[in-house]
Amino acid sequence: MSAVFDNLDVFLGGFWLTLQLCFLSAIGALFVGTIVAVMRISPVPPLRAIGTAYVTVFRNIPLTIVFFFSAFGLPALGSNADFLRIPVVDTIFSRMGIDLPYFRFAIIALSLYTGAFVCEALRSGINAVPAGQAEAARAIGLTFGQNLRHVVLPQAWKAAVVPLGSVIIAMIKNSALAGFFGVVGDLSNSGYALITVNGEPTIPIMIGISLGFLIMTVPLGVLLDRIEKRRAVAR
Amino acid sequence: MRTTRLAATFGALAMVLAAAACGGDDDSSDEGGAGSVSFPAGTTMAKLNQAQKLRVGTKFDQPGFGLKGLSGKPEGFDVEIAKIVADGLGIPEDKIEYTETPSTVREQVIQQDKVDIVVATYTINDKRKQVIDFAGPYYIAGQAIMVKKDDNSITGPDSFKDGTKKVCTVTNSTPAANIEQYLANKDQQLVLFDIYQKCVDALKGGQVDAVTTDNVILTGFIATNEDQFKLAGETFTEEPYGIGLKKGDDKFRDFINDQLEESFQDGSYLEAWKSTAGKYDPNDPKIPTVDRY
Amino acid sequence: MSQQTILYDAPGPRARRITLIGSIVAGALILVGAYFLVYRPLDKRGEFTMDKWGPLIDPNNEYFGQLWQRIADGFQATLTAAALAVVASLLCGTLLAMARLQLKAMARRRYVGLPTAAALLLRALTVALDWISRIFVEVFRGLPVVITIVFVWLGLPAAGVDLGNLLWYLVLGLVLYNTVVIAEILRSGMEGLPSGQREAADAVGLSTGQTIRMILLPQAFRIMLPALISQLVVVLKDTSLGFIIGYEEILRVTSQIVQFLNNQIQMYVVVGAIYILVNYALSKLAGYVQHRLARGRRARNLNGGGAAPEPAVAPEVAAVPAEPTDRA
Repeated sequence: MSAVFDNLDVFLGGFWLTLQLCFLSAIGALFVGTIVAVMRISPVPPLRAIGTAYVTVFRNIPLTIVFFFSAFGLPALGSNADFLRIPVVDTIFSRMGIDLPYFRFAIIALSLYTGAFVCEALRSGINAVPAGQAEAARAIGLTFGQNLRHVVLPQAWKAAVVPLGSVIIAMIKNSALAGFFGVVGDLSNSGYALITVNGEPTIPIMIGISLGFLIMTVPLGVLLDRIEKRRAVAR
Repeated sequence: MRTTRLAATFGALAMVLAAAACGGDDDSSDEGGAGSVSFPAGTTMAKLNQAQKLRVGTKFDQPGFGLKGLSGKPEGFDVEIAKIVADGLGIPEDKIEYTETPSTVREQVIQQDKVDIVVATYTINDKRKQVIDFAGPYYIAGQAIMVKKDDNSITGPDSFKDGTKKVCTVTNSTPAANIEQYLANKDQQLVLFDIYQKCVDALKGGQVDAVTTDNVILTGFIATNEDQFKLAGETFTEEPYGIGLKKGDDKFRDFINDQLEESFQDGSYLEAWKSTAGKYDPNDPKIPTVDRY
Repeated sequence: MSQQTILYDAPGPRARRITLIGSIVAGALILVGAYFLVYRPLDKRGEFTMDKWGPLIDPNNEYFGQLWQRIADGFQATLTAAALAVVASLLCGTLLAMARLQLKAMARRRYVGLPTAAALLLRALTVALDWISRIFVEVFRGLPVVITIVFVWLGLPAAGVDLGNLLWYLVLGLVLYNTVVIAEILRSGMEGLPSGQREAADAVGLSTGQTIRMILLPQAFRIMLPALISQLVVVLKDTSLGFIIGYEEILRVTSQIVQFLNNQIQMYVVVGAIYILVNYALSKLAGYVQHRLARGRRARNLNGGGAAPEPAVAPEVAAVPAEPTDRA
């Protein structure tokens, strides 16, 4: 394992970058997913159709292809995703503000892809709200927006926490692909380079990379199991 | 679009040339077929000649050297060199079995005897010599930098030292390791993709300022993207490419070295070069001196 | 979609009119926006020329035959890897789920008839195995599949194990991950069954193994079938990660082709469309199976044993359980 400790700075740097990527993409995915979910249950048929189409496309396409279109399709449209260079945010997450756009492209790809799954998780949460709640809300004259805001969504969030958590765990794992699309120095790729370029021994380094991801995913998974169990008991 | 039509003609040309090269090779292998060449019993050459099969490790994603074509067969200079070796062994070129050997597995496949030789833009160095042996070199590569035609701000690798210029190359490659030493801030300057085509796209789109790798590969891209790119400065590294083989098989190594020297003499080397990697390079390559260590 | 109306009143003529007008206006705006923001830049780059599309759509193009031949080969490689991975993960996943339930049951046993030392040893053994299986599940569920695949590809040869073909490294990497996912799907299916099932099995004197094999597993498979089919989609998508280790599946082939034809965007559009079609068909199959099963269950199981409250919207969402599917 000395290979890991010798290169601890590489691992820590990679871990930090992956963590930033996951954090920002999670926010993006929740944002996208909520919008799409609302579209899918809205009273306007074309919006429903768009929402459904969105989910169908992104659920059925490999993330690799989404990454490709983000990293090469956006530049083809003449965009470097500069709208993500948000003034204060980009000083905290320095990768967002630099000239190289690939970190921003990765955030976009992960957000769009995960957004489809977030939408489905939210819908499953809304599903769990007893129909009587929505009907009662309508009976007292609430509009669709009021109904969602005051009655359905607050209850849906609770039921959606566990599936949402799973979606976020999946996203953390998916972020390992970013390193193959121009983001230099993330956990998987910088570790990978230690093996292939520096000739460090394979197995310790791979264990190091794995630990990095497990630190992020396992506690979250355990937490979710806890919540789920407590719910089950309460019911 | 101009560039693609050019690329298409380039592809067609490559096929015609390859076909021509095939014809030539077939002739020579008829002369020196299994019957007419004989090797001392017990040598690797005799064994391969008996088996009438040569297992070659090469790259499938290295334009000019070893790139899997639309036909599904690898094409390039490395492939041609392998054909020259096979020819010397009295093995027809359709009996060569190609295996993809990315950089990470090259030593491994030789040690595990999965291939007989590796011709895969394989830089000879002492660390590798500890576990395998090299015949050759058959080519001295040099890394260079490609920029947009109107960009005069980059003149060589030193231009990256101020930390503002961005450069692209492929993952897990020697060029990546070489250029990294010149970068002031790797995070903000380096982009890595799996294939060069993506780097060229990024250069076109302005996401990066330069692409760096072997000068011959870059010459190819400059020729197929007319009036868009140019080389900035000279080559700044020297990478002698050798043919990897099992450690300690000195007779086989001598044999391959003889083959290479013969091909340098009789023009088949130059022919192979011009039909593949050297297609867009007006200059003939400097013929290397075989290193019989 | 009749259940949509639970959240809002059925739109009247005025609302419908507003919706229609709004849709037309928005549609027009989107078209104009798409023309300026998407079509124009792409056209300027020449992305719509026959140079780039010809090899893909024009049968008279000199590359058309070769190109589609290679795409077909690549997709066949994708399907081969996916099929092998699915079959192997199903087998291993079922075994793992059974083993975990069995271990759990054994950990509760006290081995009264045996000498104390032997009983303790047996208990220690089951507890240890239980922990090992639990850690195995946590580790492989928590790792990105890419990492698992690369680990297998680089790690096994380094440890002296040689699988020969790249296909097997990819399949093994996928199987390691999907085994634990499928095992967890089945385990939660078995544990979610009404406890009466297990008690009844105990009452008629079935052993734990028999209970799992004859009572729990068949029902869990039935309940979890849609989730299992959804996992197929995940495997098929994850097969695309084979490009990282150089397995010549469809994306790897694509990246080889674009180096000759310089038509990245066009190639990826086509490959993406192929993926969506195939996976969409699989998802539809999952939905259909769920539908059939739900109908069958409703007919027989009237009390529903703690059934979920009637959903407010679109019950078919539940058809594809979010959790196992999403942990891709």
